[in-house]
Amino acid sequence: MITRSRRNRRAALAAPLALALAAGLMACAGGGGSSEKVTDLTLIAANSPWTEGLKDLATEYEDETGVKVNLEFYGNEQLNDTLKVKLNAQSSDFDIYGYQVQDIMREFSRNGWLADMTDYVESDADWNWDDFQESSRDAVTLDGVVYGVPVMTERHIMYYRADLLEAAGIPVPTTLDELDAAAAKLNDPTNGFYGIAMRGAKVPLVTQFSSFLYSYGGDFQDEDGNATVDTPEAKDAYAFYGKLLKDYGPPGATNMGWPEASAIFAQGNAAFYLDADSQAYTFLDPASSAVVDTVAYGAFPEGPAGSHPYSIVPQTVGINEYSKKKDAAWEFIKWVTNEENSKTLLADDTVPSARDSSWADDAATASFPAGLVEIVRNSEGTVGHDRPQLEKVAQAREIVGAPAISAIEGGDVDSAADKANTDFQDLLDGEK
Amino acid sequence: MTTTSHPSYLAPKRRRGSGLTTWADRHIKWLFTAPAIVFVALLIIFPIAYTVFLSFTDSASSVTRPFSFVGFENYGKWLGDFERFWPAVGRTAYFTITALVIELVLGLAIALLLRKTFRGQSIVRVFILLPLVATPVAVGMMWLLIFEPSIGFANVLMKSLGLPAQLWLSGTDTALNTIVFIDVWQWTPMVILILLAGLSTLPEEPDEAARVDGANAWQRFRHITLPLLMPTLAAAAILRSIDAMKTFDIIYATKGRTGGSNNEAETLNMLAYNESFGNSQYGSAAALLMLFLMFIIIILTALTILRSKGHRA
Repeated sequence: MITRSRRNRRAALAAPLALALAAGLMACAGGGGSSEKVTDLTLIAANSPWTEGLKDLATEYEDETGVKVNLEFYGNEQLNDTLKVKLNAQSSDFDIYGYQVQDIMREFSRNGWLADMTDYVESDADWNWDDFQESSRDAVTLDGVVYGVPVMTERHIMYYRADLLEAAGIPVPTTLDELDAAAAKLNDPTNGFYGIAMRGAKVPLVTQFSSFLYSYGGDFQDEDGNATVDTPEAKDAYAFYGKLLKDYGPPGATNMGWPEASAIFAQGNAAFYLDADSQAYTFLDPASSAVVDTVAYGAFPEGPAGSHPYSIVPQTVGINEYSKKKDAAWEFIKWVTNEENSKTLLADDTVPSARDSSWADDAATASFPAGLVEIVRNSEGTVGHDRPQLEKVAQAREIVGAPAISAIEGGDVDSAADKANTDFQDLLDGEK
Repeated sequence: MTTTSHPSYLAPKRRRGSGLTTWADRHIKWLFTAPAIVFVALLIIFPIAYTVFLSFTDSASSVTRPFSFVGFENYGKWLGDFERFWPAVGRTAYFTITALVIELVLGLAIALLLRKTFRGQSIVRVFILLPLVATPVAVGMMWLLIFEPSIGFANVLMKSLGLPAQLWLSGTDTALNTIVFIDVWQWTPMVILILLAGLSTLPEEPDEAARVDGANAWQRFRHITLPLLMPTLAAAAILRSIDAMKTFDIIYATKGRTGGSNNEAETLNMLAYNESFGNSQYGSAAALLMLFLMFIIIILTALTILRSKGHRA
């Protein structure tokens, strides 16, 4: 009896072992096979007006080609975390990703995480790569290699309350000094109304501080890439930015990114709001905005060195280097960024296109707020970056944002700027 | 794939007890526990071992990029960092201790109140558990709105009571305390739950005997209920302290990646997150997490020793 039960036990053991072995061998035999017909693609991106418009286009693409495009959208920071986790694991479970060029292109391309798209973008004359604005094409190119197709553009503008300025007899500010005076005049904190709302949290404010810095004649770095946030121009810019928020800004400004600051303006509690033009839609939605009829748009005011707002590419689509469906991914990118679809996105979802042809089409720009179209068409004096340019952008933003915090809190801006410059230079030296 | 010859162990058995089956018979205890061991190894040992490994390297940006071993350099960097690391240690300790003490005191008081039967008791119990089931990030967003200095409800309430408006989460000095408040709001119910369970198992005889002897309510609580409840209280304290030290979601949702513009709410967990996901410095982030793990182990060991001493006393 004992031998019999033993034999049964042996049989019971042998079966799963053989199965496991077979499964293992089959797994080895699989893989490869990239020549198969692609039936689905996966795209991950951060929420933006562009991703809103993409939902309809993806359905249309499936109807036309039979290729299903799965869409996964995240918040900005969550997207970066997701990308880092997946790409560190060399994951091929997504093919296309939307990203912020200045945040990650340097780092990701050096990690080998972004596919080289140079040949793709030059492969089809009808698709017309040259129709994309030159500054946008430059933005997605690093050392002569194209890493993505720009799908959105963004400029720093001044939102203001037309009704309040008119009632107070104040002309629309065209210089930073006039902005300062107008904000001072309209500021009424005892009644919960503030002259200006802007980002005041250390890291988020860096990009919005950049236009002030350029308009004061400064920059984060010089031509050789060295730190220049301790120049007299930079110190003045820090002091001015801080003064606006300290004297006429809402309480708790240092905890505000754009969602918080724009909410203050949307609630009708601030006279001015300076941030990216791509947020215009948030003020035009009656469900969340009390200023739908009173918001107006002005160009970024002139500083001592003129008006030099940033004009950047906030959304770019690239291809995952580990994807097994690169050609199919390119076909989708090519389709979704063609002239016709770029116009559709601009017209239906107010996505600021990177194509000149979109902006030249009056029908496409009709739904875009009127005052804004002129600002977009006039790109004179704009700067193509809105943050320090290096691989460790996140660390750099913490460093160069700190003097602005000192300024908002009424601290010693000069010494904070000196310290920031030293730390920033150390960081830059570490990358050489 | 080889198809010409099968490995010997797959060949038909010629004689009993040969090859794999004999081996399996001899090692049956290992074979049957193997799935569990593999599972534990994959899910617990590997991540910790890999973190230890990374902590001795300068791995950054991508773990597939070449990196070199730097010994204890990462550890030295953190231990000598008085700008970010030690303040974060201080904040973690402050946050944990403050939240823990308030939660235990408040939890004990409410548990004692809820212990007595009264009308509507079950409704109150359900009501009190609601914060516990809410999603932490949603909770963070909710409080962020309530504590918004200019349009939030908290300051409206303060003004209606004739009190000065506060900056709450936005203030450099008030942010951490406000987060302690949110943590207390969310986690006191769990302490109540544990203590109620403990209270329901206490024998009633000692309490009755003391009552007969003329002890008042405070004396009965101080000398009978509290000592008897001590093991439960200690269990609640250990559970909560580990959780509180690791708090991430509420702080992240209310103060963002760097724990505020002056890093005023940056705890060790936040700092490690920023170092790995923000700055992509995997080696140095791993070292920070190892230091954090060591702190937790030291504190837990101390707590356990204290507890066993308490038992003997």
